[in-house]
Amino acid sequence: MALTYELAPAADLTAFLKRRLGEKPSLDLLVKGARCAACLGKIERETAALPGVAASRLNLTTGKLTVSFDSLSSADPGAVVATLGRLGYPASPYDPGLAAEASEREGRRLALCLAVAAFGAMNTMMFSVPLWAGLFGQELGPATRVLMQWWCALVATPCALYAGRPFFESAWRSLKARRANMDVPISIGVLLTLGISFSETLLRGRDAYFDAAISLLFLLLIGRFLDHELKSRARSAAADLLALQAASATVVDEDGQERRRPIGDVGVGDRLVVRPGERIPVDGQVEAGFAELDCSLLTGEIRPVTLGPGTACPAGAINLSGVLRLRALARPEDSSLAAIARLVEAGAQSKSRYVRLADQAAEIYVPVVHGAAILTFAASWLLGLGPREALLRAVAVLIITCPCALGLAVPAVQVSASWRLFRRGVLVKSGAALERLARVNHVVFDKTGVLTEGRPELLDGPPSIVSLAAPLARASAHPLARALAAHAGPGETATDVVEHAGLGVEGRIGGRPARLGRAAFVGVPDCGSLETELWFGFEDDTKFRFRFSDRLRADAADAVAALKAMGLTVEVLSGDTPTAVARAADAAGIAQRRGGLTPIEKAEAVAVLQSGGHRVLMVGDGLNDTAALARADAAMAPGSALDASQNAADLVFSGDGLGAVVEALRVARGARRLALQNFGFAAAYNLVAAPAAMLGLINPFLAALAMSGSSLFVTLNALRLRTPR
Amino acid sequence: MNIVMMLAPMSVFLGLIGVGAFWWTLKNNQYDDPAGDAARILLDDPEDSPPAI
Repeated sequence: MALTYELAPAADLTAFLKRRLGEKPSLDLLVKGARCAACLGKIERETAALPGVAASRLNLTTGKLTVSFDSLSSADPGAVVATLGRLGYPASPYDPGLAAEASEREGRRLALCLAVAAFGAMNTMMFSVPLWAGLFGQELGPATRVLMQWWCALVATPCALYAGRPFFESAWRSLKARRANMDVPISIGVLLTLGISFSETLLRGRDAYFDAAISLLFLLLIGRFLDHELKSRARSAAADLLALQAASATVVDEDGQERRRPIGDVGVGDRLVVRPGERIPVDGQVEAGFAELDCSLLTGEIRPVTLGPGTACPAGAINLSGVLRLRALARPEDSSLAAIARLVEAGAQSKSRYVRLADQAAEIYVPVVHGAAILTFAASWLLGLGPREALLRAVAVLIITCPCALGLAVPAVQVSASWRLFRRGVLVKSGAALERLARVNHVVFDKTGVLTEGRPELLDGPPSIVSLAAPLARASAHPLARALAAHAGPGETATDVVEHAGLGVEGRIGGRPARLGRAAFVGVPDCGSLETELWFGFEDDTKFRFRFSDRLRADAADAVAALKAMGLTVEVLSGDTPTAVARAADAAGIAQRRGGLTPIEKAEAVAVLQSGGHRVLMVGDGLNDTAALARADAAMAPGSALDASQNAADLVFSGDGLGAVVEALRVARGARRLALQNFGFAAAYNLVAAPAAMLGLINPFLAALAMSGSSLFVTLNALRLRTPR
Repeated sequence: MNIVMMLAPMSVFLGLIGVGAFWWTLKNNQYDDPAGDAARILLDDPEDSPPAI
């Protein structure tokens, strides 16, 4: 590298220190690249040896390093980050937030409930086997039966009351909101079963269903636990992405010192420094410095915009060259980004109106099953059975139609679907996202960074001239120069290189002075060309022009063809110029295309499609896509996308190919098919089992068999998704 | 029959020990960093390590 940028001074990170009363101040960092015991030892040893550091511990699973300091005054977080950088592990401040902590607590609680339910189910089963044997004419005296039933009660009741708390609490919340979710019938079923079993045991009856109550909870908790793990894994992955693009800005104090501050603390009039490669934090005006800005994530255009003193620069653009000194013109929440953020919020609300499959099923299931149970009780009583016998039959209906199959049907399928997608490099943020994705019938692509690779490629240029300019291009960090250098391949580098921010690069090739950059810089009259171009020439010699364009992703055309073959319609919505959009769309084989759209127009276009009856999948990466991503029925973003876009998207795919979009759609559709199959099976099973229970043909043994059998069937059916056919 | 009166509570008690142990591991954050715990066993602790030959 001939060129190194002025290194950022040890950034001031004291703003990220966590201060808790009675505890030492600590700092959470996300460390990249730590993989093995050697990394772990090196990182902990070196950071703990720093002055002022009390302790340092790295979590190798999550890549999070917690450093605690002796006291606030001696804490130097910047030194820790600098040390990590020197060791070769880039680190950034990380704030897990309250939501993550709550989610972790909930995960532990579910795990403990699951363990208690497993213990209860196994031990109750142990006492139930003699009872079942008694049902089939084996020798079991009344005294032994009552003893076994009491032991069942003793083990199952406390376990069920403890392990059932997640369901009882959720049911209570839903009842208070005057709605019935799946947890209402579960809670009623479990509590009623426990109550009836107690009274039967007291009355020396034959049928006590303690084992059914606790194993029902055990099976349901498995589904609940899987669902929670799926959500929290996706959430922590999303939080990691955010941390890597830590939202902070470098603010210059009145005494001229630079401090790194969280972006929310930037006020109007603050003076900021933005170095090459950094993002403009808030809308501002350039006070000093020249630079080129990459606005492609804002507008979709890959041609860099040149800035000088006095010009305004939009938040979200990336500084490509030169150090910029800005004065903030707006607070972060008033910046041009904030308008988009509000649209995202509105879109997310429309998404939350989606009712999940399991809840749809519960809406049918709850009234039907409870109606059947009440009917059984009333009819058996009227037909001459005693109230005790009638109640027992009603409870048998509730137990036998237990919603375990329903409770497991969807989580089991979604966990195996998201696991399969995870291995393909697609991150699923929630189960609901998969359900929405499966129902999509129209796909909208953004152009820059989605259909195309989002970086410039040399269009034309005779090889002899490319190799002539290459030594100078290799010395520059500018994206266009890098594209030129990549085209030329390895070779010699120019000497005496000077990079002029916003203009180009100057140096000597074989002793002759040469320039590479904008037309005026190289010595050609600037005719305001709209092309993405770079000029090159030796001093007092002929000047040459290189044109650049954004290359289509290698598998874009194949992916579009595959989507069409799946019966989907495909469209391009882009903020780039219509000609550029047409060129990319033609190459990808997409007939419907629109260019020159603002972010708001994009979101509106999606809304119009939705009101026309389409269910839209939006695939986009830029800030100009976030509103549309939030608005669409389902949204996907590539891993290279902005944090805001990844936040708005339901699925994030890494890797170079759009094949991930096709695969995600296939898996989502497969998952929906399997979930519906599972529901169908559960319905068919209930159609046989419920009448049998109403007629009093069910005993505790058959109930246990039917319950675990149906759950096992549903889980095995879900696992079929793991292996691609 | 008397043996059942003894064995049944014993088996439940053994199960309870298992649940208690699991509760203890959860409480002690033992599932937070499985990869790190596997790696740490490979690290030599400078104080405890035997002197070099």
